[in-house]
Amino acid sequence: MPKIYKFMFWFSISLVVSSVVAVGMFGLKLGVDFQGGSVLELSFNSSTDSIDSPQAGSGRPDISQIQKTLTPKIGDVELSPEGDTGLIVRTHELTEVQHQEVLSALKTAFPTAGLEEKQFSSVGPVIGNELKQRSLWAIFLVLVCVVIYIAFVFRKLGRTTSPWSMGLAAIVALVHDVAIPVGVFAILGHFYGIEVTGVFVAAALTILGFSVSDTVIIFDRVRENIIRGGLPAGRQGNKSEFGALVHRSVMQTLTRSLNTVFTVLLSLFAIYFFGGASIKYFSLALIIGIFLGAYSSIFVASPLLVWWTPHTKR
Amino acid sequence: MNKFTKVFITAVASLVLLAFVAPQAINTTAQKLRILKVNIPVRPFLLGLDLLGGTHLIYQADLSKVAGSAGDAMQGVRDVVERRVNLFGVSEPVVQVSGNDRLIVDLAGINDVNQAIQLIGQTPFLEFKTILPTVQGDAIIKKTLGDKTQGLTATELCAPANGATLNQFLIAFGVDPCYQPSGLNGSGLRTAQVSFNNQSLSPQVSLELNDQGAKLFGQITQANLGKTVAIYLDGLPISTPTVQSAITDGHAVISGNFTPAEAKTLVERLNSGALPVPIQLISQQTIGASLGQDSLARSLKAGVYGLIFVAIFMILFYRLPGVISVAVLLIYILIVLSFYKLIPVTLTLAGIAGFILSLGMAVDANILIFARMKEELAAGKSLYVAMHEGFSRAWLSVRDSHVTTLIGAAVLYATTSSIVKGFALTLGIGVLTSLFTATVVTRTMLNLLTTKWFEQKHWLFR
Repeated sequence: MPKIYKFMFWFSISLVVSSVVAVGMFGLKLGVDFQGGSVLELSFNSSTDSIDSPQAGSGRPDISQIQKTLTPKIGDVELSPEGDTGLIVRTHELTEVQHQEVLSALKTAFPTAGLEEKQFSSVGPVIGNELKQRSLWAIFLVLVCVVIYIAFVFRKLGRTTSPWSMGLAAIVALVHDVAIPVGVFAILGHFYGIEVTGVFVAAALTILGFSVSDTVIIFDRVRENIIRGGLPAGRQGNKSEFGALVHRSVMQTLTRSLNTVFTVLLSLFAIYFFGGASIKYFSLALIIGIFLGAYSSIFVASPLLVWWTPHTKR
Repeated sequence: MNKFTKVFITAVASLVLLAFVAPQAINTTAQKLRILKVNIPVRPFLLGLDLLGGTHLIYQADLSKVAGSAGDAMQGVRDVVERRVNLFGVSEPVVQVSGNDRLIVDLAGINDVNQAIQLIGQTPFLEFKTILPTVQGDAIIKKTLGDKTQGLTATELCAPANGATLNQFLIAFGVDPCYQPSGLNGSGLRTAQVSFNNQSLSPQVSLELNDQGAKLFGQITQANLGKTVAIYLDGLPISTPTVQSAITDGHAVISGNFTPAEAKTLVERLNSGALPVPIQLISQQTIGASLGQDSLARSLKAGVYGLIFVAIFMILFYRLPGVISVAVLLIYILIVLSFYKLIPVTLTLAGIAGFILSLGMAVDANILIFARMKEELAAGKSLYVAMHEGFSRAWLSVRDSHVTTLIGAAVLYATTSSIVKGFALTLGIGVLTSLFTATVVTRTMLNLLTTKWFEQKHWLFR
């Protein structure tokens, strides 16, 4: 195999390590659906209206003023402005009575601000923990299913390479594809306050599905080349021949890999730019992960397959 | 079958699907063309709470005091909550039991969430009521309706046939012109269960009262022999049996022409009042109507742009087969949207994201096939051979890549709830549909091009 594989592989390893470090240092900023708590999204009228409109709106009040109004009612609140007229209030789990108190307190304090409630969610800690457990369980389940499927599909290659090393190589690539977006979001969460919510699990599982199909397509080609070329690599052949065969397979599937990723990314960018705030970061996670999925099937799974294929003659 | 016939069938099938997915478009076009007779009924897509605006509530029930079946107790709670929710006139409220002791309430397009939450959380109140003398009943009707009485009498309103009208009256005015409190309520009832009549074997409802309840019930039945004693839950009658004999031992039976299901419902309602299961709100998600509309408009926009981007790319890169893949993609969209309507799938924001994502995926299969075709053409094979080789060689890859994504979607569907589930469902439907369109439909369309004329124009394919 050309040197580039080794180089890119170690580059990937360093990315994964830095992601793990980032998660370790900053942790993930979990959304309320994981952690329990309340989020209230409000919008106000825009203050520029007040210049020529007769129904003068005062626009979004000062954050510190809002803080002053809310703290005596419900204690600790975290306020973050959203766009020009929006506001997001994060706090502990509120009962419905407290929720109404917050709204009426704000309406009394800022009668001309045109307050409107856009969404409110309040999640108890029980539900949050459940979601956490379920998510981890789901990811684990997908990984197991994928290894079994790959081992099953490639079971006939036992003479050349072990189907389990194919499965394991694919899994390492998967871990790589999920670890890096998680690291990115640890950083985004730390510096920009972007939260990881329940839909991220959906993103992670989708990445797993896509990434594994990228890997499988290369492996399919490897299988085809082995069968057609009758190359006795691996257990009965030598390492460099098998490496060359895998490289050839990667090159043959390269156009397809790039084009597929490109079309999927086109759809995802459409969601990212036009899809609205709620699914913006969901699509960002997918964009990173799906790009990595194509990349890792070439530069992580393929070299691993070559390195892990047992080479001792029996 | 001739290849042109196949394409013709595909085109007709697509038109039928279009009529199903977007009947409005066909209807307006027909009107413009002055074919006035066309009027296809419109069946709308189901939209989730996050697109429609509404509230999603999760309640935790406290079943610690329930001695009998927890499942029955939960059904009772569900029934009570559903009755309350229905009072709000919300369109298609969803009240469902989740797990052992959870209750999920979805209210779409509701304005006063606060009021709904207050009402749902109340402990159910069961009471036994005796007949109110008609003179007093008439007086109540006159007082509440004033000039609008229009000769309505208590006798008329309280007749068993007018149960629905009585309910409306009770909901609207909160005073009861038919029955008066008897002093016996849910706390006097120990339990209720379905039993069967010894002779007729028809289902009936047995009530067991506790000591205090039995004493009161004895007095009530003695005083009301041959008259009706109504049982109210949350202020509305759920059963109006007639007293046949004085019952002093605390064991009563309500017989009537019950179906087993009716008897079971009544038992659940009685038990929910006898042993109230307290419920506590543990999660709430409310989305304002304006935000929902905004999200819907934005995600539609994202879908359209996604489609346009993918189409442009495919045509630029794959030329004529690219054009075909775009046509196939449109058919794919029609099929998927029809599934959404048929199943039906409740579309959420994440669900639409799943759909847009699946657009990219649906062309992936085409890309695999076309890439293989290009290779074979480059190797100097004829168009016909290249096309068939392309399909047969790409098939394994197409299958494997679809199955792996499907595994992800299936696990996601099985392990998660609400919002994410919608995403898994649309993604799964997308994968299955794409497997069909990419192989069968693409092949049908491509076959059309294996003519001599195209054979000489390989540049259209490479």
